[in-house]
Amino acid sequence: MSAAPKIRLRGVQKSFGAKRVLQGIDLDVPSGESVVVIGGSGSGKSVTIKCILGLIRADAGRIEVDGEDVTHARGTRRDALLRRFGMLFQGSALFDSLSVWQNVAFGLIQGRGMGRDEARDIAIRKLAAVGLGPDVGELSPAELSGGMQKRVALARAIAADPEIIFFDEPTTGLDPIMADVINELIKTCVHDLGATALSITHDMASVRKIADRVAMIYDGRIIWTGAASEIDATGNPYVDQFVNGRAEGPIQMQIRNI
Amino acid sequence: MSLITFFFASIGRGVIAFATATGRLSLFTGPAVSRCFTPPFFVRVVVRQMVEIGYYSLPVVGLTALFTGMVLALQSYTGFARFNAEGAIANVVVLSMTRELGPVLAGLMVAGRVGAAMAAELGTMRVTEQIDALTTLSTNPFKYLIAPRLTAGVLVMPPLVLIDDVIGVMGGWIIAVYKLGFSSGVYLQNTVNFIQFNDVFSGLVKAAVFGFIIALMGCYQGFHSRGGARGVGQATTHAVVSASILILVSDYVLTELFFAK
Repeated sequence: MSAAPKIRLRGVQKSFGAKRVLQGIDLDVPSGESVVVIGGSGSGKSVTIKCILGLIRADAGRIEVDGEDVTHARGTRRDALLRRFGMLFQGSALFDSLSVWQNVAFGLIQGRGMGRDEARDIAIRKLAAVGLGPDVGELSPAELSGGMQKRVALARAIAADPEIIFFDEPTTGLDPIMADVINELIKTCVHDLGATALSITHDMASVRKIADRVAMIYDGRIIWTGAASEIDATGNPYVDQFVNGRAEGPIQMQIRNI
Repeated sequence: MSLITFFFASIGRGVIAFATATGRLSLFTGPAVSRCFTPPFFVRVVVRQMVEIGYYSLPVVGLTALFTGMVLALQSYTGFARFNAEGAIANVVVLSMTRELGPVLAGLMVAGRVGAAMAAELGTMRVTEQIDALTTLSTNPFKYLIAPRLTAGVLVMPPLVLIDDVIGVMGGWIIAVYKLGFSSGVYLQNTVNFIQFNDVFSGLVKAAVFGFIIALMGCYQGFHSRGGARGVGQATTHAVVSASILILVSDYVLTELFFAK
């Protein structure tokens, strides 16, 4: 682990109304590593990623990318920053008014002003990298299965060769085999690009496959971080309960007091 | 006491809600309009929206205009016959159509057709994170989604209303000539003689304003929709209702500006 981490979060807070979702997140993502944030539903995983991307404004705290404070970056500075990021959304979030290849090439054409032909070639290559033939490029996203949509979304996230890629619940809603295929693809794509990856998930199979380091978020704070290999012997009752998927333990699901 | 508190609290809530909505709309309109004038321009998207708003609205808007013109001719004939002014129906039809009914009815029809569709499309994009995805692909959603729709709405409504005016006058002419026995030549002569540039021009200005309102309300409601299918449904309803009300209000204001002496 050399020098400054690629992404550094210090004391990041965010509330929605009276609900305090993030209560001071501290997280380091070392350059070139794959960090996975685990945690239950509603623990603030997605909000954390959206704060880094600037889709949601943090109330307090500091977010750094390569040592540069980007917490309040707006306008062209934010655009320049976003050009270095790729993001795979939970529901794929493909543009249904565009064909598959136009989706993959979107960031190249609209975001970077690349010519359509050149962007199309890259899109076809990226589709091949996720195991989809050029014929799929002409289809519309609605014609694809959930697993194929995920692959297209992955191709779109890596289309511009980003330095940093975010994965929001990459395997949610997929069958175990397709989930494993996606995990493999994520692993190879991140490795081939030499990118830094930050993923959020509650799928332990996914964690074991793609993580170098793991951070557990609970109640708006990071309560444990460590290498992926240590995940089964953390001695932390919260992590233990989550990793083994037990209903009994220190984490109580709020299902009674509604 | 609690009743009094309740009374004032509900007034306060209403005022705050109104101020919040007005403020949010202003904060939305500012960047949306300024993005219409700064490059890059998504010409392809603008053209697609113009076809969607203008061309595909032609049948429904044309039919509305046709029957409005026909009814106007019939109503004014039977009404004006009471004081022997049947001859004025050509003027009544052409003035009503160009100044008022052409733009307003077209605006309301397009609000129902297009405003709702815009709100539904953007609302779905919002709840499925497609708008967030745009941002992460370094494309400003205001620039790519909203500015083209506003531009298209303002550009395409005037020609649509011009066609609408012609169809409305034709509706009146059909009734006058084939039902009421007017001479075709005299009717058309009356139509052309009495019309002034301002009559048509004011209608076209109204059309452009209505086009802006329809696109703005559709985009605003869709862009801020929350909470899945139900939220999108509400956004659609709000887009149509708010656009219709704003059309009627701004119609009065514009008429006042153009014709009040």
